[in-house]
Amino acid sequence: MKSDTKNSVVRKLVQGGWGVLSNSYVQGWMPGPPAIYQGPLKRFCVPGMNCHSCPGALGSCPIGAMQAVFNGRRRKFAFYVVGYLATIGLLVGRFICGWLCLFGLIQELLYKIPTPKIKVPEKADRVLRYLKYVMLGVFVFALPFFYRTKLGMGEPFFCQFICPVGTLEGGIPLVLLDETMRGALGWHFRWKFALMLLCVFSSIFIYRPFCKYVCPLGAFYALFQKVSVMRMRFDQDKCVSCGLCAKTCKMGVNPVLDPNSAECIRCSECVHVCPKQALSFGVGPKKEVKPGETVPVRLNV
Amino acid sequence: MKREAPIQVTLLMLALSIAMCGYGVLYNNEVKIVLKKATAICMQCIGLG
Repeated sequence: MKSDTKNSVVRKLVQGGWGVLSNSYVQGWMPGPPAIYQGPLKRFCVPGMNCHSCPGALGSCPIGAMQAVFNGRRRKFAFYVVGYLATIGLLVGRFICGWLCLFGLIQELLYKIPTPKIKVPEKADRVLRYLKYVMLGVFVFALPFFYRTKLGMGEPFFCQFICPVGTLEGGIPLVLLDETMRGALGWHFRWKFALMLLCVFSSIFIYRPFCKYVCPLGAFYALFQKVSVMRMRFDQDKCVSCGLCAKTCKMGVNPVLDPNSAECIRCSECVHVCPKQALSFGVGPKKEVKPGETVPVRLNV
Repeated sequence: MKREAPIQVTLLMLALSIAMCGYGVLYNNEVKIVLKKATAICMQCIGLG
């Protein structure tokens, strides 16, 4: 088995550290009647997927918060959450997926279990990657916004029927910590538990399947990847076409062909593996040299 | 190689998204909705609702 690079270790520490910090409401983890954090920090959304019903969660889940505004009795557009997520997306793109998502870390750790890995056929992979945009458009926006029950209430469709994060971080701990919760288990929990198991088991064989195919938050950030302030730069003059970057990328991106691909989670593994430093991160687009323009050159004599 | 979006476009979009966020907080009463939702256990989220 290949050992982790220094960058990968640092990244996992950052992901883990953030995960612990954002779920550090100790009282919630104590056995007994469920007591989730109810303080003022819940006004703010965390930038990654993190269920706000997790016993230790200090912040709100952005996808849950977005649906909460959409599915209210009075239909409202979620300006606050959409604006907040767009700001993050415009600043760093999918950097959050690679560095600050606890569920991403869980999937990465599961992928480290030494088993034969599955390579999803290219055609199926290409089609499945669009699924996360369907999740965002249909289950996070359209259904919560337009569908109403007879009582005039909407439902958080993504959280209710799909999200495995809620089951893993909220449902299972709460059921384990509180006996009375166990009495409420029914078909709904079994359905969500089955989806969560599917997600966990597929993560052992496929790298970050939830992030690649299902995550609506990743899909939202991906919309801003090509216009974000933080952008990956590729220097064609330095590249020796060794292909190491594309081979290293577990998200299936070729940074030489598309350095700011919507599928890139900006983990920066390719940047560190390049022997010629042809890949780097910078602010805004790469400055193009116009014909006739002089470029300052530093000579090492 | 494809032309990249100029930084001015990014900054304009950034200003719009910050304004959107501000509108939601100040005029759309969204923080209250988010807080109300996130401070109670969401039975639907955890699979018990």
